Amino acid sequence: MTIHGLRTTPFHSRTAALVRGHAWRRWAGYVVASSYDLVHDLEYAAIRGTAALIDVTPLFKYRIRGPDAAALLDRIVTRDVARCAVGQVLYTPWCDPEGKVIDDGTVARLEEDRFRMTSAHPNLRWLHQNAVGMNVAIEDETAATAALSLQGPAAREILTGVADTDLTGLRFFRAAEACLGGIPVTVTRTGYTGDLGYEIWVANGRAEALWDLLVAAGAPAGLLPTGLLAMDVARIEAGLLLIDVDYVSARRALIETQKSSPFELGLGWTVARAKSRFVGQAALEAERERGSTWALRGLIVEWDSLEALFSEVGLPPQLPTTAWRTSTPVYDGGEQVGYATSGCWSPLLKKYIALSHVPASHAEPGTDVALEMTIEHRRKRARATVVETPFFEPGRKRA
Amino acid sequence: MTSPAAVWDDVVVGGGHNGLVCAAYLARAGRRVLVLERRPVVGGAAVTEEVFPGFRFSVFSYVVSLLRPEIIRDLDLPGHGLHIVPLESTFNPLPDGDYLATWADPDATRRELYRHSPRDADAYLEFGRLMQRMAMAVKPLLSVSPPDPASWRPRDLLAMGRLARHFRGLGERDLHALVKLMTMSSADYLAEWFESEPLKAAKSASGIIGTFLGPRSPGTAYVLLHHYMGEIDGVFRAWGFARGGTGAVSDAIASAARSFGAEIRTDAPVRQVLVENGRAAGVVLDDGEEIRARAVISGLDPRRTFLELVEPAELPDELVEAVRRFRFRGSSGKVNLALSEPPDFTALPGDGPHLRGAIAIAPGVDYLERAYDDAKYGEFSRRPFLDIVIPSLIDPGMAPPGKHVMSIFVQYAPYHRNGGWDDRSREAFGDAVIDTLAEYAPNVRSAILHRQVITPADIETVTGLSEGNIFQGELALSQLFFLRPAPAWAGHTTPIRGYYQCGSGTHPGGGVMGASGHLAARAVLAQGGGRW
Repeated sequence: MTIHGLRTTPFHSRTAALVRGHAWRRWAGYVVASSYDLVHDLEYAAIRGTAALIDVTPLFKYRIRGPDAAALLDRIVTRDVARCAVGQVLYTPWCDPEGKVIDDGTVARLEEDRFRMTSAHPNLRWLHQNAVGMNVAIEDETAATAALSLQGPAAREILTGVADTDLTGLRFFRAAEACLGGIPVTVTRTGYTGDLGYEIWVANGRAEALWDLLVAAGAPAGLLPTGLLAMDVARIEAGLLLIDVDYVSARRALIETQKSSPFELGLGWTVARAKSRFVGQAALEAERERGSTWALRGLIVEWDSLEALFSEVGLPPQLPTTAWRTSTPVYDGGEQVGYATSGCWSPLLKKYIALSHVPASHAEPGTDVALEMTIEHRRKRARATVVETPFFEPGRKRA
Repeated sequence: MTSPAAVWDDVVVGGGHNGLVCAAYLARAGRRVLVLERRPVVGGAAVTEEVFPGFRFSVFSYVVSLLRPEIIRDLDLPGHGLHIVPLESTFNPLPDGDYLATWADPDATRRELYRHSPRDADAYLEFGRLMQRMAMAVKPLLSVSPPDPASWRPRDLLAMGRLARHFRGLGERDLHALVKLMTMSSADYLAEWFESEPLKAAKSASGIIGTFLGPRSPGTAYVLLHHYMGEIDGVFRAWGFARGGTGAVSDAIASAARSFGAEIRTDAPVRQVLVENGRAAGVVLDDGEEIRARAVISGLDPRRTFLELVEPAELPDELVEAVRRFRFRGSSGKVNLALSEPPDFTALPGDGPHLRGAIAIAPGVDYLERAYDDAKYGEFSRRPFLDIVIPSLIDPGMAPPGKHVMSIFVQYAPYHRNGGWDDRSREAFGDAVIDTLAEYAPNVRSAILHRQVITPADIETVTGLSEGNIFQGELALSQLFFLRPAPAWAGHTTPIRGYYQCGSGTHPGGGVMGASGHLAARAVLAQGGGRW
């Protein structure tokens, strides 16, 4: 009975044949591979070592066109869209009138009056609510447009190998309309891994052909179809936030304390200082003046401390193989001061890392705190150090 | 005739679910409790009866959502056989051959709503979140006996202070939303959120159930909220059927009450409450039997509690007047069908999950308002709002193998119908219901093996609910909280010492909730229950 089932993406005929462990994850009403192989280690290694091909179709995608398109987006997002060049992409959050984050995503200026906005939650109604009296057409292209994320050191080589035009010079957070093997696509130098990479946007009808093209062209360079488990580890290393995990949308919060401002999420840099009026501006300017209560920081758990806790019970250190996303207390001395919202063992850095909300008093990099860990059914506290994110930022990301 | 043998601590008049809850809590507190029920079965309007051989119906109340979780826990109702099966989806067939559904899963619901309006698909989630916050805001009112805002008694002042603090704690925007909910019509309120007509209609239908109001009548937005109450407390998806029908809820509560030592007598209609020197002293049954007790708790509606069971002369004039003015105006009926096969909807043919949830005929706000127009002028709706469930698809024991029972809640059927209700008008009402349903599921007509049509007059005759109002008095803002059933007497006490009220006509009222019975029991215990 499909009347109330989940959607599959236009790549499903290809991905389903490869998901050997039958491991799927729900994402915004779709199912997407968690991992293709029974364990995701090689897929993670592809992101950092060769190239990974990730189906990111479930992202919400909106096409915004018309003379007031820039004005509409400027009214919504915290970054300055007026200063966004054609061919540029902005990563940005957007806020409610109290300056609390509703969602985060990207805004790509494809032409002077034509944009694509991506988001994690649906935002069609929000766009319309803010477009009153504006000359702008808003189109939800989520279901009509498929998306692949090509990430990893070999991504450029693979992409330029199949591109009909030269994409070698496509800079970080830039967009280009292009043809790959004759397939018209939009390419953006973006991603959710903090590595060199691209996201490729294609009409549903050409999705399978695009997949086949990239898989064939990428094979010699070690490209692997990659699932969400591997991407989750990479995005934590990159310090990239996940809505519903690292923060609660102001629109879905049940109580005030569940909401966060961009400053409290480490996104202060996205709040443009001198730009036209946008939703939440007054509250954000006031917060900038006043200072924020919370900060988002990385935590690195000290290995010696962790090892000591395990050896107390006679065990070698054992850590989860996938990223976790259960809110976990952060302590200073005997007192809980904050909470970590996601974390993982970084296979590359050989560090146990987490993204955490800490009060301003504990936001200084180098501050000593402790992260709760459950070891043999008992709660322990491992020493950890507050750090700025990202944990990992290779030069190739922007190069 | 008297029964000198037993002097009871408490006599509960009426074995409806609230009377039973009250009795169970009192018995649990160690008191000797007797419940007197007029009918041969307990439950009042929450009964399951085998109306046709092999076909068992939740004759009146047909779904359970609001039954307070603490009552289920306190009385160990699951241990006494209660099992509520979730009612997960809603399905509204539309005249144009399409339908509007909502499913248990938010993604699936979003996808379905998106077909009708992409913007509404976004709004639906936000709306649900707001209603959840509003229900959280109002919920504390449900679990306390309402203070009298005009009183200077310390108890009332303290309680008002607590409530004021509670409401100040709401965010400004939530407070505004609450004021809107309290004052607007459900149609206007929903129009602020949604553009799709079927969605507005489907949602506004829950704002009119059991009221003599249309979706465009102010105040109906609150009733909408009332229906979200069941979804907080972490009992998300709380709408459900009781396995064995709604009567199984009453049976479980009765069984719990007995396990605590309460005695329940059926076929024992109470004629009068004995009042001696301004305090209740017991009751007299229709056959003249006198039963003495230290406290009497009436589970009947306010009209019967104050104007029939006791002499109005025993009461202050203002209270008598307030109860006389208390609006009942039953507006709904029921049609219970025994079917040879499930309905086959043109909009979504064949069997499917849509048949296992709630099915509503509410295709548009205009449709509902027109249905109300008929009732306003004293006629039943020619094209009524129908709220349908088919319990036998989930609980096969309700019908013979392969056969089905269908419960159709119908609105509007005014108690005060022009010319009154008789056999002919009852059948004409039943025909209007079947005609309406057959427009969407044509096979229904030939699938009917038996039909039971219940008018508000029948509800009154059988259950004793005045004017057939299913909530023991309209759920309108002017009749809620400290006004339910009358100012200064909303705390489950009465001006007669030792005489209490525990029915749905008291705060918080409405639905198979049990909160009134629970709060009344607390009031009895708090006052020492009239031990003298």
